Amino acid sequence: MAAMALFQATRLVHLSPVDVVIIAFYFALVLAIGFYLKSRANTSEDFFMAGREMTAWVAGLSFLSANLGALELMGWAGSAYQYGILATHWYWIGAIPAMLFLALIMMPFYYISKTHSVPGYLKLRFGESSRALSAISFAFMTVLMSGVNMFAMAKVMQIVLGWDINFSIWVSSLTVAVYVALGGLRSAIFNEVLQFFLIWAGALLIPILGLYETGGWGNLKVLITQRASAQYVHLWSGLGSFTTNPMGIHWTGIVFGLGAIISMGYWTTDFLVVQRVLTAKDLRSAEIAPIIGAGFKMLVPFIVILPGLLGLAVLPVKLTAESAVTAGGHSYNDVLPLMLARYCGPGLLGLGITALIAGFMSGMAGNVSAFTTVWTYDIYRALIKKDAPDHHYVNMGRWTTVIGVLISVGTAYLVMQFASIMDYVQALFSFFIAPLFGTVILGMLWKRATGPAGFWGLLCGTLSSISMWAWVKVDPSALRYVALSPNAKALAQDMYQALWSFLVCVTVTVAVSFATKPKSAAELTGLVYGLTEVPSVGDLPLYKKPIFWAAVVIVVLVILNVLLW
Amino acid sequence: MHGSGISIWFFIGLSLLVNGVLIAGAGIWEWAHPPLNPVVLFHLHANLWWGVVLAAFGALYCYKFVPGRES
Repeated sequence: MAAMALFQATRLVHLSPVDVVIIAFYFALVLAIGFYLKSRANTSEDFFMAGREMTAWVAGLSFLSANLGALELMGWAGSAYQYGILATHWYWIGAIPAMLFLALIMMPFYYISKTHSVPGYLKLRFGESSRALSAISFAFMTVLMSGVNMFAMAKVMQIVLGWDINFSIWVSSLTVAVYVALGGLRSAIFNEVLQFFLIWAGALLIPILGLYETGGWGNLKVLITQRASAQYVHLWSGLGSFTTNPMGIHWTGIVFGLGAIISMGYWTTDFLVVQRVLTAKDLRSAEIAPIIGAGFKMLVPFIVILPGLLGLAVLPVKLTAESAVTAGGHSYNDVLPLMLARYCGPGLLGLGITALIAGFMSGMAGNVSAFTTVWTYDIYRALIKKDAPDHHYVNMGRWTTVIGVLISVGTAYLVMQFASIMDYVQALFSFFIAPLFGTVILGMLWKRATGPAGFWGLLCGTLSSISMWAWVKVDPSALRYVALSPNAKALAQDMYQALWSFLVCVTVTVAVSFATKPKSAAELTGLVYGLTEVPSVGDLPLYKKPIFWAAVVIVVLVILNVLLW
Repeated sequence: MHGSGISIWFFIGLSLLVNGVLIAGAGIWEWAHPPLNPVVLFHLHANLWWGVVLAAFGALYCYKFVPGRES
């Protein structure tokens, strides 16, 4: 009876016994992996950096999976329903160039400097104050994001399956705490790769069956044009004006805000994803890993955007914004579970739900493992206890994992009490990404950038981003200045906010650099382009060179964009 | 990630194999006992053939990366 009380009457889908067995098997497997990997997490290098022994494939798939959480899947499928194929930009121009830039330009510096984290690189390049600023803000935001993920998962499980929110929060958080505390980053990475396969296995049938039902891509475009508008199936042709596309964005926002700043900031400086690549066993693997990730990233719209578009074409109900959902109605974010329920019978439904749960838990584990590393290396060891033996830091890592999960649970309950906190936390996280990219990229490519300049550029860029966001909150008409158009939607505002805060960061960094004393060339060796000899990946045949595969990915990206223009 | 303990790919294979067998089994059961409210495109029996595909991939990975076998 107690177990039955966990389930409520209203739910989107109904699980059969075989679905429950599939979900239970997933939990058993991830716990087994955690217990198995405990014996391989004895040193700090093992626990925090997975022994730096990952192959390019494992690091690459983990790098991609860290960003392929269930919030991503459901949110972008919902965005595809709401905005049409424009949502694909976040997977293509909004990811691929940045991933390749990380692989070919930035990875050598991260790898050669043997840093454990992005704040660690800032310490080497700009000094302790920059590291402290970025480490504290990152640690704070990461653990909050983990809680937001946890609450989002519990909410989705309540809506989709009728599960009690407390049950979802505690089962998922305890599972994550156990397997990350036992196996460290290696355990998180194993589960991210497992999640990658589960997501493809669980979601791939939706576009296949959807295209079968609609009669192929050509017929799907006709159906969408009838139900929405022709602009829902064009990537670029409606971006010449703010008013001729469903998102209210101009192509400059997509190219410069998203492609050049936000995605560069996220994929090259967000430690959550960069940490995965730092575990690669050698420089060539570290360079090729993001390229493997980029190759698969190009395919993700097939299982995320296409289901959203198919939902627009075939679902008998009209989905609405979360705020406008009426009794018995559904929001945009429900499109993926609705499509899952439409095509997937017993077993398949369990696998699809398992993929969503795996996505949420990997998201939590990724945040918690990144938090643990930054806390232990960049805050605890740097500012509190400098010279402890190695096992002390490993123990600190295990306890920090548990404490990080508990703080996340607290955040999840806080979000439950004040729903708007979720929006604030997500917005806050984005404040740090664009300025951080400005600081790191100037640090890597411009030897004149000085320590104080790095700190003040990062601080001013972040404060400018927060100020713009607060300005629009207080006075919505300010959108015409921040996002260049009163028609801009939230995503468009994010793009321009990132662009301006990046420019503020760069301007302040350059100005302060010219007013302060530069570091000597000897101090910058191994940290800055032009003063660092990047080791060759070796005398390899062309098809084994990272640059060759990066070129292949770019060519395919261009072809796809032209085909869907 | 193999050669020193159990390979990650073995865990992936195990997951696909078990899930594939369960899904294919559910597909066979549904074929024999059609539900009152079937999913859209039920006549394609997607769970049966998709389960077989997953189980085949999983079995291949398990065989190739089983502990103790160098690949």
